[in-house]
Amino acid sequence: MTNSSIAAGPNPAAPAVAVPPSSRRSRVGATGVPRRTGTAYLFLAPFLALFAVFVITPAVFGLIISVTDWSPFKVEQTFIGLQNYIDLFTPGSITYGDFWQSMGATGIFTLLSVPVMLVIPLLLAVLLNNKIKGGTAFRAIFFAPYVLGVAVIGVIWRYILDTQSGMLNNLLGLIGLPTDIPWTVDVPWAWVSLVGVTVWWTLGFNAVILLAGLKGISADLYEAASLDGAGAIRKFFSVTLPGLRPVMLFVTTTTILASANMFGQSFLLTKGGPGNATRTAIMYISDQGLGQSNMGAASAMSYILFAFLAIISVINFRLQRERAE
Amino acid sequence: MTTSTPTRPQDGNSSAGGNNKRMDASGRVPKQRRLRPRTVSGVLLYVVLVVVSLIIILPLVWVFITSFKTDGDVITNPYGIFPNPFSTEAYATLSSGQQPIFRWLLNSFLAATLQTIIILVTAASAAYALARLEFWGKKLVFGLIISTLLVPPVIFLIPNYLIVQNLGWLDTIWAISIPGAASAFGVFFLRQFFVGLPMEIEEAARIDGAGDLRIFLQIIVPLSKPALSTLAVLSFLANWNDFLWPIYVLLSPENLTLQPGLSQLQGAYSTHFSIVMAGAVIASVPVLILFAIAQRQIVESVASSGVKG
Repeated sequence: MTNSSIAAGPNPAAPAVAVPPSSRRSRVGATGVPRRTGTAYLFLAPFLALFAVFVITPAVFGLIISVTDWSPFKVEQTFIGLQNYIDLFTPGSITYGDFWQSMGATGIFTLLSVPVMLVIPLLLAVLLNNKIKGGTAFRAIFFAPYVLGVAVIGVIWRYILDTQSGMLNNLLGLIGLPTDIPWTVDVPWAWVSLVGVTVWWTLGFNAVILLAGLKGISADLYEAASLDGAGAIRKFFSVTLPGLRPVMLFVTTTTILASANMFGQSFLLTKGGPGNATRTAIMYISDQGLGQSNMGAASAMSYILFAFLAIISVINFRLQRERAE
Repeated sequence: MTTSTPTRPQDGNSSAGGNNKRMDASGRVPKQRRLRPRTVSGVLLYVVLVVVSLIIILPLVWVFITSFKTDGDVITNPYGIFPNPFSTEAYATLSSGQQPIFRWLLNSFLAATLQTIIILVTAASAAYALARLEFWGKKLVFGLIISTLLVPPVIFLIPNYLIVQNLGWLDTIWAISIPGAASAFGVFFLRQFFVGLPMEIEEAARIDGAGDLRIFLQIIVPLSKPALSTLAVLSFLANWNDFLWPIYVLLSPENLTLQPGLSQLQGAYSTHFSIVMAGAVIASVPVLILFAIAQRQIVESVASSGVKG
């Protein structure tokens, strides 16, 4: 796990797709090589120590917290069973409205952003896949915003999108368009801004991964398609997209997870507003748990979010696999 | 659109040898492989790439210009290309103010470096055991590590906060470098790479009496430089970009990293755009310089995360 990846950039710590069947090589080794359990655990020890303390323990600890009314200000915590979970599904409870609104906001952002974050980088990758002068330079430019980090992106764009003195509205004015678009303070503009800024920030990330995938598609396939009389568009749909499927599955999965974990953009650009319209689930959960010390309820919320993400991942996996058949 | 000239992998190890013999479906003379700006699709291709590049670059240039304006100039002349008057006031305010931005920069570098080193050491040695050794409980350990890969980070947020608090690490560099160093992804990624390395060299070394530590350090690690540097880049970027966690575990201004620091700067100077933009410039320039130097390595590391892995 990385605490590091909550920002809604594509998540580098997400798992890769292709899991080779448990390595043939090690099984071959097993016949000749004796078991060296002691040595193996010496090599594993440093990692397992970290893993036990900061991954396994918190995963279990989080579940325990979620069945208490945990507060950091109390010495002893009270077990309250599934009350936190029940509250989250009971209309009218303290947390119900806000939590589901934040889940809705996360859903809206994910639905709006994922298609754009797949299509634009894919088009750019296709363009870059032509052997062109300066291809590496373009690739580097497209990737550059990603290394700046979410806070730099947030403060820059909050200024550019400022309704009064922002660059964007002023530019629109120059070409005769309205100059008073409330980019960060009203919906639906706030959504446009959040998606746009996220795409601006991360398009290079997905583009370079997709480009690597494109380079892996054999030229013979294109040649065969040409012989069959396929045009450019036909080739894109019958050679490029199928050839890209494993990489696409990886990119789709990481992009969905990153969008569903979006936090920084809302925090910096819209402060979750107007009202709480763009307050995402992560933003609400972290505020409840660490800002308001309502740890039990917040832990329960994080497990519900987890359940949602798991379901979406499974559906995504199924869909993409079916398409492959 | 431009795919009418089929492209092939750049590494050129795909089977077809004849480079330019391909004919178009229409039977026209084969086009040149390298698209030239002369052809219509070539021009269009460049136009699109340049436009996207400008969309990326212009906001950054704009930020740079704004950081040299005075507050009055920003408001009265928002799209003036030249600051009038040219002013370094924003930078002066920042370097004398209560917002220790250079300290944040240093903290970010230290934390990301520390975490990267810990990930490389712990993940590589764990991956060695999982890829190259037979031992009791191997499947269980590997399964446990894999199963945490899809768990979203928010699950760990509250319990890890309490754990870090109990360790007395709140408001220290340990809080932002150690918990995130338990990288299941790192172990998984390196294990996949190690499994693919040929067994023969290792067996020869074993016959010569080399122990596991020597095999690991002198054979596996040198052979795995590409994978190790990829993991290093990904880990560094992930820590550098981290925002939510440091907001809550770092408290005093001098201990902040860049991301939460800039967020505070925005709060403190919300109406002084030039100061906030100067902060963004200070936060960006060192990273962009590093990126320019190691651009190829960084981009290729990210690219390979989706293809191999």
